[in-house]
Amino acid sequence: MDSSSFLSQFIQQMINGISLGSIYALIALGYTMVYGILKLINFAHGDIYMLGAYAGFFAAAVLRLSFLPSLLFAMLAAALAGMVIERLAYRPLRRAPRITALITAIGVSFFLDYTLILFVSPQPRTFPAIFESEIYRFYGIIINSQQILIFAVSLLLMAFLTYIVQHTKVGKAMRAVSYDTDTARLMGVNVDKVISWTFALGSALAAAAGVLVGIYYNSIDPLMGMMPGIKAFVAAVLGGIGIIPGAMAGGLILGVVEAMASGFLSSTFRDAVAFSILILILLFKPSGLLGKNTREKV
Amino acid sequence: MNKTRKNDLIMFFCGAVVFLLLHALMETEIIGPFWQLNIILACINIILAVSLNLINGFTGQFSIGHAGFMAIGAYVSAIMTVKQGLPFIIAILAAFIAAAALGFVIGVPTLRLSGDYLAIATLGLSEIIRVCILNTPYVGGASGFMGIPHLTNFPWAFGLMFLTVYLIKNIVNSAHGRALIAVRENELAAETMGIDAAKYKTLAFTIGAGFAGLGGALFSHYFYLAHPSSFTFMRSFDILTMVVLGGLGSISGSIIGAVILVFVSAALADFPEWRMIIYAVTLIVLMIFRPQGLLGNKELSEKMLGLLRKGGIRRDAA
Amino acid sequence: MLLKTDALSIKFGGLTALDDLNLKIHSGELVGLIGPNGAGKTTVFNLLTGVYSPSGGNIFLSGKSLKGLKPFQVTQSGIARTFQNIRLFSELSVLDNVKIAHNYHLSCSLAESVLRAGRYFPEEEDVERESAKLLEIFNLKDKMHETAKNLPYGEQRRLEIARALATRPSLLLLDEPAAGMNPQETNDLTKMIRWIRGEFALTVLLIEHDMRLVMDLCERIYVLEYGITIAQGAPEKIRRDPRVIEAYLGEEVPDAPH
Repeated sequence: MDSSSFLSQFIQQMINGISLGSIYALIALGYTMVYGILKLINFAHGDIYMLGAYAGFFAAAVLRLSFLPSLLFAMLAAALAGMVIERLAYRPLRRAPRITALITAIGVSFFLDYTLILFVSPQPRTFPAIFESEIYRFYGIIINSQQILIFAVSLLLMAFLTYIVQHTKVGKAMRAVSYDTDTARLMGVNVDKVISWTFALGSALAAAAGVLVGIYYNSIDPLMGMMPGIKAFVAAVLGGIGIIPGAMAGGLILGVVEAMASGFLSSTFRDAVAFSILILILLFKPSGLLGKNTREKV
Repeated sequence: MNKTRKNDLIMFFCGAVVFLLLHALMETEIIGPFWQLNIILACINIILAVSLNLINGFTGQFSIGHAGFMAIGAYVSAIMTVKQGLPFIIAILAAFIAAAALGFVIGVPTLRLSGDYLAIATLGLSEIIRVCILNTPYVGGASGFMGIPHLTNFPWAFGLMFLTVYLIKNIVNSAHGRALIAVRENELAAETMGIDAAKYKTLAFTIGAGFAGLGGALFSHYFYLAHPSSFTFMRSFDILTMVVLGGLGSISGSIIGAVILVFVSAALADFPEWRMIIYAVTLIVLMIFRPQGLLGNKELSEKMLGLLRKGGIRRDAA
Repeated sequence: MLLKTDALSIKFGGLTALDDLNLKIHSGELVGLIGPNGAGKTTVFNLLTGVYSPSGGNIFLSGKSLKGLKPFQVTQSGIARTFQNIRLFSELSVLDNVKIAHNYHLSCSLAESVLRAGRYFPEEEDVERESAKLLEIFNLKDKMHETAKNLPYGEQRRLEIARALATRPSLLLLDEPAAGMNPQETNDLTKMIRWIRGEFALTVLLIEHDMRLVMDLCERIYVLEYGITIAQGAPEKIRRDPRVIEAYLGEEVPDAPH
């Protein structure tokens, strides 16, 4: 490979990586927010992303809505689903050991996947073309209008989330609860409500990711959430779990590295690369790129 | 005769009776091929669950990567029998050693992590193992390792299951086992008692991985095939569920958990679309209403004796 | 000399939690370490037992440096400790708590344990006997099979000391052994510490807030404030030391009961 084609390949994979990474980042945000507050790896989060894709599919294919209403519909539906799941499955376990909550999350994940399979069959569905794909070429580099859409929507949503967390009352309450739940409760914060909100917000972002992926790949299926769900968790750990900008950075980095790995090595090694990064970060900086080290008090 | 030796004899006796009974029923075909398959599957799952319990239940580490070690066992044993033409027993030993060695190599650096971080690292590592297998043409790559001889039969599966349970039970009931439990209870206090926590965590992880390899060897030599898709994190979750269902820190619990799950899924085999849903709902309901699992961290015999002796539940695991 | 620290210090971030600590403890001594809250007393214990590694200085036990040793290695070289917030194996039985402490003296290999051969049975019986003996001394034998967390507070403290002794230390570190005890229990504890020192040929270093106990029990006292040693010496001297009185904010340093 000569140097100019190397460069164009590099830029091409960078672009692919950024759009993939935006998806990871959107899902990772939900993971990180929930973990920040409940210290729970919500394994069902990937399935909320899948649910969001199906809700978007329903809005676009059945209700014949256009892109933006479909997106909002999916986000709203997923937010509701997230809140219901938290209320029914996780709230009774608030004081339970973490392994209990984790296994419940695995149970919820299976439940969502297979209940959906019962209703919509395990077959993949073709996602309606609610956002036209246009191809732009610059010096041999291909950019798809859908990639731009993914990036733009993700950026907007992340800005929106940052605004909520930093500048609204709910956001302040969320930060307080994640810092110290008991103290926040003593200060009059309605912890249950804040946790509900956290699930709603995280789920809405995951649903947006689901719809964007549906548009980009034209295809959705009930088990589509498994791998991206876990990858997004890797992204959250990479950036520093519980830290919102960390999830964004982690998602983008993971997306770019994966795209590079499949571009320059082989696409079958993609997953191994992601997990290798995870292991390395856990061994050398377990608190993540943006995290702070803490020590146990003796 | 001392009490422990007596208990061992009782255990051997019960094992022999169960084995002979099941074997006779299978030979006379009272137990048909479908249930034979499930009984052998139950034996393999008991091996996997009990060995994972050594890591998660007794040592308090949180591994969800057991499928990776199982895969190593499945493939290494297949290489031994198919490519090297070695006898099954050698293949099984090789599977154990290879998985244990990998467990050791992985355990030394990762067991510094705790809780969720260790969980996600082990999950990642088992996926890495799987992707590596997927990319190795020598063992069939993505299409799987085919043509493995059907060497696992009921005597092999039951015998190795029994051996696994017996050996792990002995580890747990020795000074080394107490060290593992001490690490689980309070790592710093254990260190203060002169226990090398890192060493014992690695020990449990290595032994647990070895037995998972053993389970993998039985698995691939039963189904003629080792395929990367058999060893995804779903498999690890499955094993974890058995352990938690039975009770973390209870060997008899793991046995019960493994048997229940195998038979529940066998019973629901005619309703495949409902199987996983019922499985999931059971898991959630169990976690909400009985998170310590069916037996808590107590052993079955102990609990039953306690009930008989005192006429009531002796200790409740709250 | 049994224990000597050489200009021991530790920094957390920019904060110096302990500076230039020079302990000298002779074999068989009973020494107190006192100071107001946050003076760095527990930090000293954490340094001595390898939980923290010092930023500067060194620790010698019988002339051997403990620098860089992990907590379990420190225990194996002969220092045992208890914790301010009791750290028992709370879900295990009282007996098992003590049995675990015997562990590193055992020579039974893993293979022997797994196969229940060789040294396995004789050693298990030894441990069982030794542990029961120790529990008898500490008046806990009839509670041997209870779960540790179900013991009353005072008994949990006693169990923690029994467990520490089962590691056969030459130096015992007690972190606020009388915390949460009533005067009667404190009295019994004082007697017991004196007694075990003789019985087990121990050297004891203890942190305590109960001045009565410290003044009564200790032969020498070190006083820390903000990580700095502000006084050391016999109890009578410490009681009259103006800096100590000031550190305790004018609190009366009470006389020992006679």
